[in-house]
Amino acid sequence: MESRMNEIKEDMIKTLKEIAYPLVAILISFIAGGILVYSFGKDPVVAYTALIKGSLGDWNKLGETLVTVTPLILTGLSIAFAFRCGLFNIGAEGQFIIGSIAAVWAGWAFAGLPAVLHITLTLLIGALAGGLWASVIGWLKAKVGSHEVINGIMMNYIAMYLSNYITMTLLNVPEKAYSVEIADTAKLWRFSQAFEQLKYSRLHIGIFFSLIVAVVAYYILNKTVRGYEIRAVGFNPHAAEYGGISVKKNIVLAMVISGLFAGFAGAIMATGVQYRVNNLFGFTGYGLDGIAVALVGNNHPIGVILSAFLFGMLQKGGPLMQIQGIPKEVVGIIQGIIILFVAANFVKVITEQIKQNKELKRSAGKGEVE
Amino acid sequence: MPAVIEMKGICKSFPGIRANDNINLTVEQGEIHVLLGENGAGKSTLMNILYGLYQPDEGQIFVKGKPVRISNPNIAISQGIGMVHQHFMLVQPFTVAENIILGKEPKKGTTLDIEKAIKDVEEISRKYELKVDAKAVVQDISVGMQQRVEILKTLYRGAEILILDEPTAVLTPQEIEELGVILKSLVSQGKSIILITHKLKEVMSMSDRVTIVRRGKIIDTLNTKDTNIDELAEKMVGRKVNLTVEKEEAKVAAPILEIKGLKVLDSRKLEAVKGVDLQVHGGEILGIAGVDGNGQSDLVQAITGLSKAEAGEILLNGKEITNLPPKDVIESGVGHIPEDRHKRGLVLNYSLAENSILGSHHSKRFRQGMGLSYLKIREYSKKLIKEYDVRTPNEKVMAKSLSGGNQQKLIVAREIDRDPSLCIASQPTRGLDVGAIEFVHKKLVELRDEGKAVLLVSLELDEIMALSDRIAVMYDGRIVGILDARDATEKKLGIMMAGGSSQNAE
Amino acid sequence: MENVGIITVLGIILTATVRSATPLMFASLGGNFSERSGVFNIGLEGIMTVGAFSAVFFSFKTGSPWAGLLGAMVVGGLFGLLLAFLSIYFKANQVIVGTAINILAASLTTFLLVEIWGRPGQTDNVEYFQAWGPFSLFSYLAFAMVIVSYYVMYKTPFGLRVRAVGEHPRAADTLGVNVYVIRYICVTISGVLAGIGGASLSIGSLSLFKEGMIAGKGFIALAALIFGKWNPIGAALACLFFGFADALQTVATNLPVPKEFLFALPYILTMLAVSGFVGKSVGPAAGGIPYEKGEK
Repeated sequence: MESRMNEIKEDMIKTLKEIAYPLVAILISFIAGGILVYSFGKDPVVAYTALIKGSLGDWNKLGETLVTVTPLILTGLSIAFAFRCGLFNIGAEGQFIIGSIAAVWAGWAFAGLPAVLHITLTLLIGALAGGLWASVIGWLKAKVGSHEVINGIMMNYIAMYLSNYITMTLLNVPEKAYSVEIADTAKLWRFSQAFEQLKYSRLHIGIFFSLIVAVVAYYILNKTVRGYEIRAVGFNPHAAEYGGISVKKNIVLAMVISGLFAGFAGAIMATGVQYRVNNLFGFTGYGLDGIAVALVGNNHPIGVILSAFLFGMLQKGGPLMQIQGIPKEVVGIIQGIIILFVAANFVKVITEQIKQNKELKRSAGKGEVE
Repeated sequence: MPAVIEMKGICKSFPGIRANDNINLTVEQGEIHVLLGENGAGKSTLMNILYGLYQPDEGQIFVKGKPVRISNPNIAISQGIGMVHQHFMLVQPFTVAENIILGKEPKKGTTLDIEKAIKDVEEISRKYELKVDAKAVVQDISVGMQQRVEILKTLYRGAEILILDEPTAVLTPQEIEELGVILKSLVSQGKSIILITHKLKEVMSMSDRVTIVRRGKIIDTLNTKDTNIDELAEKMVGRKVNLTVEKEEAKVAAPILEIKGLKVLDSRKLEAVKGVDLQVHGGEILGIAGVDGNGQSDLVQAITGLSKAEAGEILLNGKEITNLPPKDVIESGVGHIPEDRHKRGLVLNYSLAENSILGSHHSKRFRQGMGLSYLKIREYSKKLIKEYDVRTPNEKVMAKSLSGGNQQKLIVAREIDRDPSLCIASQPTRGLDVGAIEFVHKKLVELRDEGKAVLLVSLELDEIMALSDRIAVMYDGRIVGILDARDATEKKLGIMMAGGSSQNAE
Repeated sequence: MENVGIITVLGIILTATVRSATPLMFASLGGNFSERSGVFNIGLEGIMTVGAFSAVFFSFKTGSPWAGLLGAMVVGGLFGLLLAFLSIYFKANQVIVGTAINILAASLTTFLLVEIWGRPGQTDNVEYFQAWGPFSLFSYLAFAMVIVSYYVMYKTPFGLRVRAVGEHPRAADTLGVNVYVIRYICVTISGVLAGIGGASLSIGSLSLFKEGMIAGKGFIALAALIFGKWNPIGAALACLFFGFADALQTVATNLPVPKEFLFALPYILTMLAVSGFVGKSVGPAAGGIPYEKGEK
């Protein structure tokens, strides 16, 4: 059908436009990072080559990179989705932690179930735990207008301590600072079990789950009535209210969905990679990195996938860069610069200034009023 | 003696608009000079340039014969130019005195000298007979006093030339008379005054000379006593203006909207609607007249479910809709053209297509399987755009790229096409050009002729009197009178709008 | 004998309270200037981090803790200026920019930590400030700053203009008050104060910098500001209250409550405070909204 093809083409063009700005920002940041490396007396080309080789150099390295990319896609989606409703879910980190510990509990407590059932249950419980944790923030915002950033940050800390408490008591391995391990039936299948090339990587089928979630997120946001309402609330809550949309309900809903994604990320890490939870001394970082991923992905599910890949590459390429004599913390700085550029909407502001100046010249010369 | 203000060859452009096109303006010492023009004609831009808020692309300004570059308000102030803006520039939590001295604070060493500030304010208040309470918090004082505070702000800085931008927008006819007296008193004390307005009656009653601005150009400058309203209207708009609306006799049917004993609180928990009874019949346009802030907006918000009704009931076609959420009110058959199209009427970052289904986005006709069919949505919006003559390249552009008039047309299209039993139109032609105004009026009359009920809320008395079949006046949260449009005169309505007494106690 | 015991315990709690509250007070007062002028500063956490690090760095390089304090102020001010520039000129979303600064601060300090001391985790010991009596220099300074802040904000023309700019920037603009300059100054001041707050944690009590040592205090300071209704004195009292909750940890080892609960307590209290369960508070009307000069 021609109209169907046109519609898909429309969507693709729209998507491309939305990820254009961040791409330029990334380019600029890499140049900035290169200058930084150079200023410390090292060779940027060597640095970046090491970065790429360290993350994509062979199948195993690629596998490991994807292991990192998987949760980043999900936490990125979590934050991107909340942003679409005008909410900054900085609490994704806490939701990730809660999802992790909940999944470990389910993975341990329900041992004996057939694998497919057990995994489904475990992942579901992890996601729901994250959703529940986020609902508190959503409810507080809807009911009393309390800012989701402060509450989110506070609940991140509370989640960390709660997780530690459970790790050291309920699920504790005596004398150790970590929890019990989940049953084998709750562990996600690893590619190393079937593919020789990936024998040394921990890559698991979670990567497919996260891609599926990205597609689901895209569909919800852009093709459903719910998504229409959520985005309307994000752009203009007054107009949304006028149009019969319940701002409060959608705030809570968006936060819950966002929490589901982040909790799911935690659950996937627990069932796919770590199989247990440690006593945390600080944040895991996946939630916080999700902010960067979402920003650079311009809060668009496809952008988030690409962005997560970029950040996964940056993190995994670090150690090889280190071996070449370039401290891997440079990666952190590049990340920070990227975020600053994107946050400042640098590219957009500058291009709009140029456009405005052109328009100004045009209408000044016209001598006519529109 | 040189003119107190001369602006020569002023040009100013914004993206897509040439707001001031080679403007020459002369203001004489001791006169009240009106800048007359429609919304968007360029009068405010010109005065903002005079006050240093904008910079002209070309042109020169002379104050008392001397050329001056006014690059910011401080320089304008030092030249004796003061400006009272259309929307008051008052810091709500500050006192009257604090607002007046802001930017020119009396000091004792490094400390703010509040006692001196209060004394100074009381002194100039006495000198110019502008009664204000220096210690009162601005949030709590009346609109009339707020305006006096704004004028005192300029006088405190030694203004000799006062610019007032649409000063009568928030005043009753009686308060407008009082303003006229204040202005004449200021002139007798040596001040010169520039008034910006689009209200023809005030031009005739208050000014010495009038300059007409249209689409960024000066059309003419006349002595007020040598001209009349019709001539001014024609020059303002560029063609013979028909100030009345063509419509047939109303064919009134049963009441569609019934309101009984409605009470609504405002955002400060004070009663804004204090017990209103009202009926709107099918086939009629009921206009609600009143000065801004007397409860009309709160009334509309309560009917549409955007505000809570504390007491009373609202019935639509006999069914109770009191305190239903907006979604249910819409589905019961209420269309609403909101008074603030940017805040309520449109999601500016949505496309025209997405905006055209706002309010009916649940409807099955836009679905495809489990989700939305953007194909159907776009088809629908294309229909609306065509039928209501919305000027746009296509339906996919964002609403914010449209002009105000076309945005409003889309909103009108959306609300009317839903075929509501009751259509509430709140300031439906605010900020629109004459062509768009005529269009909206035509559509509202068509709706009424189809037997629907139309509730018109407007701050423009002319619009109310031209369109309505019956006119209700709201003052201080109550309906103080309902007249048949044929019996209504500006004087009668003006008196009711001010609470029924011809003096306003301050 | 029992009386002496109780007094000792109270004394310990008091000193611990003030010690915990001190960095919060600096950051909170800084946040007050910024927010009162209309700019949200969520980057207090990051600025405290670079402040703490800079203090150690400059003390390390010069051997003098005073140089460290000065360094913290300058670096804090620069980061405040960066935040101001992005928020005011680029009109960026202030919450995102603040978060970006927090992330950048963490990466930058870790990077420099490894570059200079050759290992992650924490620096070596450096010259630091010894306590003056029961409290550190910084605590006395903090209380003095509360009084100075109150005076500046409510008793000077500058303070009047700051509050006007935060409530109704356009009104101030039409009277010739430069909205942008006032905001730049206030946000930079907030950076300087947050920098001192960070320094108070590193060279004010410990003698080194440790990764993650700020531990959310920048955010608790923000909560204290809201709790204290955007008033320097209210904020200071709120900081003392949070300091008290924090101090409880040190003496509460034999309470029947799990220690993780005590760790979490300040954060739980912050949530309650911010959600208005302990009284409502309304911020500056123009808070968080970038000012457009209005040249349409």
